[in-house]
Amino acid sequence: MGNKQTIFTDEQLDAYQDCTFFTRKEILRLHGRYHEMAPNVVPMDYTKDPDVKLPMQLIINMPELKENPFKERIVESFSEDGEGSLSFNDFVDMFSVLSEMAPRELKAIYAFKIYDFNTDNFICKADLEKTLNKLTREELTAEEITLVCEKVIEEADMDGDGKLGFADFENMISKAPDFLRAYSSSVLP
Amino acid sequence: MSRLPTVTLRVPENTESDGREPSPDNEGALHSSFCQLIEEQSSLVAGAIEMELQERGREPSALLPPPHPMATTGLEPEQGEQHPGYATTLRILANMPSRTIGRSRGAILSQYYNRTARLRRRSSRPSLQQLSLTARSSLRHYDLESDPAHSTLADKQSLLELLSLPPAQRSHMLLEVPLSLEEKRSLRRQLSQKRSTPGLRAHSADPTSPCAWCQDCIVLGCRTFWYRFLALVHTAQPWHYALKQIGGRFGSSVLSYFLFLKMLLMLNIFSFLLLLVFVVALQAAYPPAVASPRPFTGLEFLTGAGSFTHSLLYYGYYSNTTLNDPSASSPSGNTSPPRATQLPYNMPLAYVFTIGASFFATCILLMYSIYHSFGKSYHVGSSTGVLAIKVFCAWDFKVVQRRSVKLQSENICTQLKELLAEQRLRSCPLSLPQRLRHITVLLLAWLLALGTVLGCVVAVHYFSEHMHVQEQGAAAGSAWQQEGVLLALPLIVSLLNTLMPHFYNLLAAWEKQDSPGAEVYVAICRNLLLKMVVLGLLCYQWLSRRVVCSAKECWETCVGQDLYRFVVMDFIFTLLDTGFGELLWRLILEKKLKSKQKPEFDIARNVLELIYGQTLTWLGVLFAPLLPAVQVLKLLLLFYIKKTSLMQNCQSPSKPWQASHMSTVFITLLFFPSFLGAAVFVSYTIWSVKPSETCGPFQGLQTIYQTLKVWVELLEESNPNIAWFSWIPQYLVENTIFLFFLTGVVLAIIYLNIHVLRGQHRIIRLLEEQIANEGEDKRFLIRKIRSIYEHKEHCA
Repeated sequence: MGNKQTIFTDEQLDAYQDCTFFTRKEILRLHGRYHEMAPNVVPMDYTKDPDVKLPMQLIINMPELKENPFKERIVESFSEDGEGSLSFNDFVDMFSVLSEMAPRELKAIYAFKIYDFNTDNFICKADLEKTLNKLTREELTAEEITLVCEKVIEEADMDGDGKLGFADFENMISKAPDFLRAYSSSVLP
Repeated sequence: MSRLPTVTLRVPENTESDGREPSPDNEGALHSSFCQLIEEQSSLVAGAIEMELQERGREPSALLPPPHPMATTGLEPEQGEQHPGYATTLRILANMPSRTIGRSRGAILSQYYNRTARLRRRSSRPSLQQLSLTARSSLRHYDLESDPAHSTLADKQSLLELLSLPPAQRSHMLLEVPLSLEEKRSLRRQLSQKRSTPGLRAHSADPTSPCAWCQDCIVLGCRTFWYRFLALVHTAQPWHYALKQIGGRFGSSVLSYFLFLKMLLMLNIFSFLLLLVFVVALQAAYPPAVASPRPFTGLEFLTGAGSFTHSLLYYGYYSNTTLNDPSASSPSGNTSPPRATQLPYNMPLAYVFTIGASFFATCILLMYSIYHSFGKSYHVGSSTGVLAIKVFCAWDFKVVQRRSVKLQSENICTQLKELLAEQRLRSCPLSLPQRLRHITVLLLAWLLALGTVLGCVVAVHYFSEHMHVQEQGAAAGSAWQQEGVLLALPLIVSLLNTLMPHFYNLLAAWEKQDSPGAEVYVAICRNLLLKMVVLGLLCYQWLSRRVVCSAKECWETCVGQDLYRFVVMDFIFTLLDTGFGELLWRLILEKKLKSKQKPEFDIARNVLELIYGQTLTWLGVLFAPLLPAVQVLKLLLLFYIKKTSLMQNCQSPSKPWQASHMSTVFITLLFFPSFLGAAVFVSYTIWSVKPSETCGPFQGLQTIYQTLKVWVELLEESNPNIAWFSWIPQYLVENTIFLFFLTGVVLAIIYLNIHVLRGQHRIIRLLEEQIANEGEDKRFLIRKIRSIYEHKEHCA
């Protein structure tokens, strides 16, 4: 079907298709996008699974992420080496989870990771304050921020430990009908 | 219980994740939430812990490891010195099973497996209790040992579990489990390797029957085919890039309007194709003898009269005979040789069946859409948590343009401030005179709104009577005068429909509702009321024919023409509204008032206009079968015009807009007053109204429904074996008892569902209480542990 492409083997494309929400064509286009960010570094031939990672600075300059206040956290959540650099696998994973077809549970897990700034598996008050500052570009006063943080923890914390664990977060997200729509962005034209 | 079990505190020092672990979570950081609790514990219970002290004495003191080098977040250094056991306590808490899910692949897989266990219906998977070393992290003695060999073994066990899954669920699992892509690929590789090894098949509890294997192959084949099909569909989707552009600049709320437009377009294309194939194309192939075709002037596109009167557009053109009937002798003398097969086509029957089928199919499609979007937007649960949801779900990831992002931040900021103000207000409620004033204002506003609706209806009624008189007077005048008079009523109605919403917006600004959400609902309610009442009046006028089309012989064509004019006028006024409301307003704001703000895109008003236009189409389909085609053209043009105007002139709405909730509301509104109203109108026309004598497919019959009865009788006569078929219309459709029975069943289902929902609410409340109690238990246990240490310190 179509012209033979030499970027991936058929087996690799099948694996990508099974493990993400993208079709073969979309994977190839994603590779094109990944390649154009650093044409000298990213090889065109991925058949041997080369170990190439792009640093965070390049990824957060993508038009889809450039204006997002959480862009660093998004890239960090999907990065395997903890510094924010993404290999092609991580890149595809990120956009697969952000695509429209990813289920709610999967998005909830990664959304939790995004808001967990100190990566302690909890969204504590400090995390919430950082989130609010990024959301509102620091336009709320300190008093309002404290008030909002207290109210949020009061509303969502179920076991009373003063922090939001993943179960609390998921429970709160399940009541939000807009969650799926808000956390979807399509990267492919 | 006489002796408490020994608690050895061999906590691993290094809790860094090794190379295999996928998650970047660093669980070495300590819980600072319980530190407050632990700080409070100064007075202790001595008695109950003496037994524990004896056991504590047996502990080697070297087992207390030094505090973790990464003692961080919220922990003061001097507290660590004061309570040496403090750090240990917190580290134990960090190792609790519920908190260690993200640690290893086996744990993630087992948790995923457990969670989705209830969704799987296959009974042949091995029960987890049978596995000797269970892979479930909640039962793993994880608090103490982080033996790598142990975790690999657990890994293998979880792989075994996964092998027992059928391939469809396995592929589902690969997509949904929260592992990194590399891990998923290696898992997939391992699974396919293990699947090919014959040795392992004997262990799995899945019986290898050829039937199951065939099923698996079919399922896999279907899936690959489905992926290829999806790839094709995605490239062929219309307006994909345009919608992405709109979403990127304005967000999901404005996008929902365009998606609604697209859905209406698809519905209309579907109805049009159905009518084209079964009614229009065939009538076009066998045109009836037309009396004298009038000359074509350009005015027809506007009025639908003139040369369009005797055309495929209207009811009057369609013949009431069987087309291509071999037994009928043509008056002009058929010189062509008789064909081998002549397929007669009963036009009246086809007409009524096609219209019925298109309504039925539209009903099913709408109900499916409602069900689909209802499922996405409503969830059983308490209604609290608005602020939390706003913080976490308000940011729309689709928006990518810098200016729009800035606007979004400002919007969220405003909404948060509004929510805080609302909560502050709720905590100190209004005094009695203030509340009375508020209620009076509300009542006045509603009275005013209802009064205007009534006023508009009366105005339309008198105007149509006046126009009827004018029409009779202008019958002697020129063609332009005649056509102009016809256009007056649609003009007035469209004018009212365009101006009144602005008035209602002003009313809402005066009213000042409590919450912005309520404001939107109230606005929608009032607009919808106005539109539906005016349409109701018009329907009554059309069917009673006392004022409109009273002089005409072929009244159905006349009503069809009227509806065509309404549709065209609606389109023209939408264009004018876009032009004046958006373009002109922006120019005024820019040039005269010199403000940077652009006019907002009013989503509710635009969607209601779409619903109104669609109602007109559905009302008119019986009288003008090509009206869906007109609507398709109108919607196509509307999409491009609205998109251009949006990009040039508007900004996204600043009021909070729950896109998915509103989409559900709009589809429900499309179904409930709009579609059902049109369906009732058409059913009433088919059932009870006498068709005209001289034109159309139902000439001379008592009602349109009689066609069906005649057909059933014909069937009975021709073939006595299917006499039972006549039982259906007689006992099911005409008998009112069956309809009551159906209504009763529907009411019973609704009642049951309400009760089920109530039960679920109750269960949710109980579970929340249980979770709070568990939290209490944890705090109690921490207090106990603290007291043990304190006592040990005390005694040492």
